[in-house]
Order: sequence, then C-alpha cells, then structure tokens
Amino acid sequence: MTTTTLPTYDEAIAGFEPVIGLETHVELGTNTKMFCGCPTDFGGEPNTRVCPVCLGLPGSLPVANKAAIEATIRIGLALNCSIATWCRFARKNYFYPDMPKNFQISQYDEPLCVDGYLDVEVDGKTVRIGIERVHLEEDTGKTLHVGGATGRIHGATESLVDYNRAGIPLVEIVTKPVPGAGALAPEVARAYVTELREVIRGLGVSDVRMEEGSLRCDVNTSLNRPGEEWGTRTETKNVNSLRSVERAVRSEIIRQSAVLESGGRIIQETRHFSEETGDTRPGRSKETATDYRYFPEPDLVPLAPDPAWVEELKAALPEPPRERRKRIQEAWGLSDLDMQSVVNAGAVELIEETVAAGATAAAARKWWLGELARRANEAGIDLASVGATPAQVAELQTLVDGGKLNDKLARVVLEGVVAGEGSPTAVMEARGLAVVSDTGALTAAVDEAIAANPDVAAKVRDGKVAAAGALVGAVMKTTKGQADAKTVRELILERLGAG
Amino acid sequence: MSDLTRMTAAELAGTIAKGDASAEEVTRAHLDRITAVDGKVHAFLHVDADGAIDAARKVDAKRAAGQELGPLAGVPIAVKDVLTTRGVPTTAGSKILEGWRPPYDSTVVERLRDAGTVILGKTNMDEFAMGSSTEYSAYGPTNNPWDLGRIPGGSGGGSAAAVAAYEAPLAIGTDTGGSIRQPGAVTGTVGAKPTYGGTSRYGLIAFSSSLDTPGPCARTVLDAALLHEVMAGHDWRDSTSIPQPVPPVVEAARRGMSGDLTGVKLGLVTEFDAGEGAEPGVMAAFHDALAALTKLGAEIVEVSAPHFQYALPAYYLIAPSECSSNLARFDGVRFGLRVGDDGNRSLEEVMSLTREAGFGAEVKRRIMLGTYALSSGYYDAYYGQAQKVRTLITQDFNAAFEQVDVLVSPTTPFVAFPFGSRTSDPYQMYLADLFTIPTNLYGGPGISVPCGLSEGLPVGFQIMAPTMADDRMYRVAAALESAVGTLTPPSLEG
Repeated sequence: MTTTTLPTYDEAIAGFEPVIGLETHVELGTNTKMFCGCPTDFGGEPNTRVCPVCLGLPGSLPVANKAAIEATIRIGLALNCSIATWCRFARKNYFYPDMPKNFQISQYDEPLCVDGYLDVEVDGKTVRIGIERVHLEEDTGKTLHVGGATGRIHGATESLVDYNRAGIPLVEIVTKPVPGAGALAPEVARAYVTELREVIRGLGVSDVRMEEGSLRCDVNTSLNRPGEEWGTRTETKNVNSLRSVERAVRSEIIRQSAVLESGGRIIQETRHFSEETGDTRPGRSKETATDYRYFPEPDLVPLAPDPAWVEELKAALPEPPRERRKRIQEAWGLSDLDMQSVVNAGAVELIEETVAAGATAAAARKWWLGELARRANEAGIDLASVGATPAQVAELQTLVDGGKLNDKLARVVLEGVVAGEGSPTAVMEARGLAVVSDTGALTAAVDEAIAANPDVAAKVRDGKVAAAGALVGAVMKTTKGQADAKTVRELILERLGAG
Repeated sequence: MSDLTRMTAAELAGTIAKGDASAEEVTRAHLDRITAVDGKVHAFLHVDADGAIDAARKVDAKRAAGQELGPLAGVPIAVKDVLTTRGVPTTAGSKILEGWRPPYDSTVVERLRDAGTVILGKTNMDEFAMGSSTEYSAYGPTNNPWDLGRIPGGSGGGSAAAVAAYEAPLAIGTDTGGSIRQPGAVTGTVGAKPTYGGTSRYGLIAFSSSLDTPGPCARTVLDAALLHEVMAGHDWRDSTSIPQPVPPVVEAARRGMSGDLTGVKLGLVTEFDAGEGAEPGVMAAFHDALAALTKLGAEIVEVSAPHFQYALPAYYLIAPSECSSNLARFDGVRFGLRVGDDGNRSLEEVMSLTREAGFGAEVKRRIMLGTYALSSGYYDAYYGQAQKVRTLITQDFNAAFEQVDVLVSPTTPFVAFPFGSRTSDPYQMYLADLFTIPTNLYGGPGISVPCGLSEGLPVGFQIMAPTMADDRMYRVAAALESAVGTLTPPSLEG
C-alpha cells in the first residue's frame, strides 16, 4: 500500500458535505432471554446460560419475551415513534457459528416502532435527528479465536463459541440519514449517542454500557460536494465508546475526502474502527453481497400491542433527559459548562437524589464530581457503582456542616463508606474520626505543643503570629488530624497572649 | 388369552385396567411382534425395549398401588423419529443426525409419558419428513405390510406400517402435506391431522413450521381419537399453539360409531371429484363409501373450491422456503454429523462437507428450491405469491364450510405403488399429496379412514373439517368405519 499524506480534518471537510447515519444496538436488561427462560446477566462460565431454545437444538421453538416487547415500545415512545398495531418477527438467514440456528430472529419490513426523532444539543444549537425505526431482535453468541496473535480469526488455531449471549434481547435503533451537520458531523454523532444513552438509561431498560457491549454503535458516513447528490456510504463497526463515535466519523471523513480528491470512488463496504490507531480499516467486502432471504418468522404469532396498553406506557414515561437537565440546571444554578461536566460524568441522577436527601446542589456536585469521580475513574467503573449512595453522600455533608467532620476527615470517612464499612456516621464512630471539639482535650494538646517548641512559642509571643502555623501542625499531629484547625489556632494565640 | 397385538388400544387399556394382562405383558407381546416381523417391514429405526419395559412396569406399579390410570395407560405406542425423545436417538430419518440423543422430550412425547403410554421406539420416515414413500429415508425404506414390494406412504410410513403390521396399536405421525393421512390410506389404517396449533410442535424437528402438525395413527377411529385427546391441547412452549380446549373428539367418535349421520352435510369437492389424476379403482371405492354414508343419513352437497388446483404449487414454494431456513442449523457445529474437520479446513468448508454428506438428494432439492424462492428479487414472485394462494384456499374452505359440515375426498389419488416407480420424477411423487395438501395450507383438521380395496390394496377416505372442529371429522369417520369395517392385511408370518 502506498503511503499518502492524509489531509487535516479542516482541509478534508472544506470541499465536502457529510451525511451521517447511526445504527445502535442496545442489549435489554430483562431477567430472561428474548425467546427462552435463560438468565441474561453479564459474565458466567461459557455455555452455562443455555437451553435447547437458545442453542437452536432441533425441535426447539421460540416464545417471545413480553418484558422485552414492553421495553422496546417504551424506547420507541421515548424517541417519539409511532408504535405498530400489528407487526411480525422475521428470519434473517446467514451462516455463522455464533448464531445457533444460522438465522437470526429479527424484524424486517414490519418494525415495532417507526418514524420518530431525538433532539440533541451541539454547540448551543438543537439538532433534530430523525429515527427511522426501532426494532427487536436476538443477540448472537460470542466467538473467541484462540492461538493467533491478534485475537482475530486470521492465524488462530482454534475458534471457541460461547452461547451465553445468544438470544439476549437486542433493540436496534436506526436513524434517518442526517445531512447538514457540516463540520460538526462528528460532534453531532457523539451527541446523538450520548443523548440516546441518557434516554435509555432514564427508562431503566438497559445499563447501556458501551465497554461491556450493552450499547453498540455502527456509524454510516458519506461525503458529497455541495449541491451534488449524496455520496456512497460506508458502515463503520466496532465503535465502542462515545469518543470513538466522534473519532470514527472524523477519520472516515478524512479518508473519504482523500479518496475523492484523488479522483477515486468510495466503495460501499463495512469498515472496522481501531481504538489504537483511530482510523478505519476495510472489513469483509463480501458482506455487502449477502442476501439474507428475510421472511416472516413462522414459529411466532404476529405482535399486536393493545393501543390502550401503549397509551398506558406512554403516560408513564419518565421526564425526557433533555427537559430534565434544563429544569435541574436552573434549579441548581449551574453554568452550561458545569452542567455539561455533570452530564458527562453521568452524575445527574446521583446529584438529584443527593439533593433530595438534603444536601445542597453545590455540595452534592462537589462530592460526586470530585472525590467519587476520581475513585470511579481509578477503578474504571461507572460513578453509580462507586459504592456510595446519594443518601450517604448527603449524610456525610450533614456531618461536615454540623462541624463533626472537617474536609480531610470527611474524605477518610468516604473511603470507609466506599469500602462498605457502613453509613458515614457509623464509619466516623467506628474509626474514631470525629473532630475533637472538646476544648479541655485540645488545651492539653496545645500546652504540650508550646512546651515542646519553646523557640516557636517565643516568636509568637513576640508578635510573629505567622509562626503559630508550626504549633498548629504539631497539635494536628498529636490529635491525628481530628482537631478543627481554626479552633486550634485560636487557642494557641490565646494561650500565648497574641490573640 | 387372545393375541394382545391384535387388540385395539381401547381394548388393551381396558384389559390392563381390569388386570387381565399387565402392561409389561402387553409391552413384551408387542416387542416380540417387532422382533418377529420388523425384519420384513422395517418400520422402526430404533427400538427402546428397556425404556418400554420400564414404562410398563411403572404403570403396573401404579395400578398395584390403586392409583387411577389414564385412558391409554400401559398401551404401547410408536413415535415417528422426527419428535425428540430425551436420551433416545432421534434422527428425522437423516444421516446428519445419526447418533444424536436429544437432551429433552418433545411436548407430545412428554404428554404420552405422563399418560402412561409405553413408547416402544422410533419409526422410519422420509428424511426430514420430505417424501411420500419412505424411500427418502437415509436408513432404507419401510415396506408396506399389504405388499412388501410396495411403499407404505410417507413421510410417516414407519408409523403407519407399524400399526398396520400389529407391531404397535398406536403411533404418532406428523403431517405437513399429508404425511399422516396418505400413509394411513395406503396401509389401511386411520391417520388424523389435527387442526394446526391443536397439537404442540415443541420438539418436532421442523420441516415447514407453518404446516407441521403432529397427530395420531391407529387401526380404529376411536383409538385415534383417544390418542388425539392425550397428545393435544395448549402448550406455552409453542407460540402457534391454540389456547382453547381440545375439541371433544372421543365423544364424537363414540357418537359416530352408532352409525347415525342424520342431518350431516358432506361437501363433495367438485374439482377433486372430477377424478383427474386419480386411479379409477380409488374413485370407485370412494363413491361406494359415499353411498354407504348416504345410507347412514348423511346428505351429499357438491361444493366448489376453485383454488385447490393451485395448492400443490403453492405448497412446493412455502414448504421448501421454510425448510431452507429450518435446516440451516444442521451445520456440524453443535450436534450431529461433522465431516472434514481435519484442523486445516475452514469452517465454511467443514459446514459444506457436512451438509453435502449428511443430507439426501430430496432434502437438498427442497433446500435449493426454498433458497431460490426466498432470494432477493424472487421473493414476491414465489414465496409472496404462494402466501396469497394460501389465503385464497383458506377462503375456499371458509365458503365451503358455510354450506356443509365437512368436506370429503379420496385421501390419495393412487393406492400403494411399487418401490422405485415414482422416484425418477419428483412431480409424480408430489402428486401423492394432491388431495391432502389444501388442508395443511388452510390449517384445518383432516382424517383418513379405510373405505375399501382397489386391486387388493387399501383406499383411504378423507374427511376435512373447519379449524378446531376436529370432532366433526371423527364422527363421520367413525360412522363410515361402522359401515365398511376395518381392514386386515395379509399375514406376515411364514
């Protein structure tokens, strides 16, 4: 391959208009699989969460999971879609060993939800992303290629298949093509996936964790010169983080622009995004030639959701995240930037619940975006799973406000809470971390410090008040940080007649 | 004691309940009969003697403990090898499943076990139930007890022959285009296809999901009805199973046995009665039976079903389309045969070699037909069009059932034919199901009951009823049986 110098993004986008489209797969958090009673929880020894149905054994038959259908309808409603009054599942036929039946039960020309939209904010402007369809299907198993250097099938000596994931309900959300985003296309793509994740998380139907694959994203990109027809699109797979969504679009725009500028043609193909290099590589080109031979799934009866039930589900939808954020931002008095950092940290709900438990918004934000965000980051986990509850954070702040803990002690207490030692009060008491406010005990410590540092004491007596810091430090040391520094300082100055 | 193998299921159940014979004695009598004649008939692919004796002893123990027994407790039964039986080989007549022991029971088999019937073994069939003669079984054909040089029908020729040869009083079949009724007709036995959704497909290795229907095979209409009631009923594991009570088929059979059909309107399908493609001897026996039914008080009404003539072509698009997808799972990855896995060949090559070696010619033909019919650009012209024909056929049935209670026809256009006479031209084989296929496309029930002989071979009389009115066809079938009697094949001994 010849090495060509790629243009910068700004150069690349200057002569073209991009059109993007996104296909998102969301694993639903139902208790059981889509068409059988096997459990769905992540992890587990390979091939232990399987039965004749999800293994596709001869004679087995699927039975649709009502909870999954309900969750899909709720997603459709939250994305302003129309819900079909009658629709069917369809078989998508292709041979692949991670698919037990060699067909996937999906939906084809009769999706459960159609024609909606999702509004997202980009650069202070609202962009409306059209939703083409939301449909329900079953996930495949996972293939593991062993023995090769790359973990890919090439060079592997053995391929192993784990069917634990096979049959987990999967919702596919497909946008309409999004033209007109211009140079902001990568940001629009990212904003859409971010907002979609918030919507679905708000519905409580999936944990939408990109790193665990419960939210997966394919990005379509094409370029055309202004005034011309839309170009040929490519589909980029393996886009597994919000940052990657943005990078994938950016890199595909740069690549396609270089091809077009040099007089080449874009091939309609599937490409794979690499987290390491940040660019896309061609996938198997024969995928585009696959004829899936879709036909209505004869093993399942048509779905006909009762309109009254759909209305009930609609009425019970939670407040849309975007409206909620606006309301909250106003109530908390946050700047746009501060609010953005709260959203990006996934802390909206946590702070809201902490405020509801009695803390001020500022205090709640300080804990969740500070100490707790740092811990979550270090552990590589979500903020919500960091180990502290909003109620505990509110309790901690009450202890600080009441003078029982200082900031430093509060952090130590929080460490105990996160470690599962109990409520902040319980940790404080068990570890003996309360601020020492008993002046009798403090006076003794102060006298001890003065006696041990006669030179320093003399300086203070001579009016060099700043020197008192060394004595404060000594007292804090003997009290193991449990004294209130301000009180200690006042006591020292009083004792030395320098107050 | 009279020969236990010559008794009907109803008689055997009574004998066991009274204690005149134990279930174990009944079972051993049938196992002995299998040993004696199955070398000639080849109805069974697998005989589970140990399992059968165990099941029989459980019934005997239950009776000894004074517990109540079901209507078929202790009665032996043969099961078509297309229904899964836990731990017992299940091949669907194919090399690709040779040696596979399913880890689960099909719902029908589970209900048979719960009812205390004694499963003797698994019967031969055309591979994946595709065929009308058992000549497409990967394990060799079954021979018709009436003439060992002739076919026993198919796909369920093994089940019908086992019943006809007194190897079992009852058997389970599955009917996709006639695979219970046509073998019943050519072996002189009773075969019923229940309403689609009336019997569970869970554990039935699918040929064509929207058509496959398990049903009973027996030597008398009452026995078929007794088995129908045991095996039928709603099953949550099959989404297409109908959540309604089983039609009162046993009661209807008993009523029909009285021989009174006063006020019952039989619809004679004029398009079928033209006799096109049917042997004169078959039509003659059919008309004799009609005359007998008239004597019992039935009224014959001519009805038109203009779209029945398109049933066969529509069927040969829908069934192969569904089978091309249903049979995709046989790839050598998870169960059954695997060919060519030498550590060097690619997965695709191993899948291809496995399917190449594991499937027979007729199965491959239908997979290819169906793959073509579903492919992009052809779907509307083939599969889509066939579904429209299916709707028109359903409308024909609905219109007919506004005028009459049941429809009647010969079951199959010709009597049992000699081996090899229809294998060179697939269409000649497909014609065997000319009269049975419309019922499958409509989804209603149909039954074949013996009505006489033509050239010394049995002729079947078909009765078709509206969906979930299975009881109607049992009543008429039992009345016809009371008028013309049952058929006894020549002795297989000596």
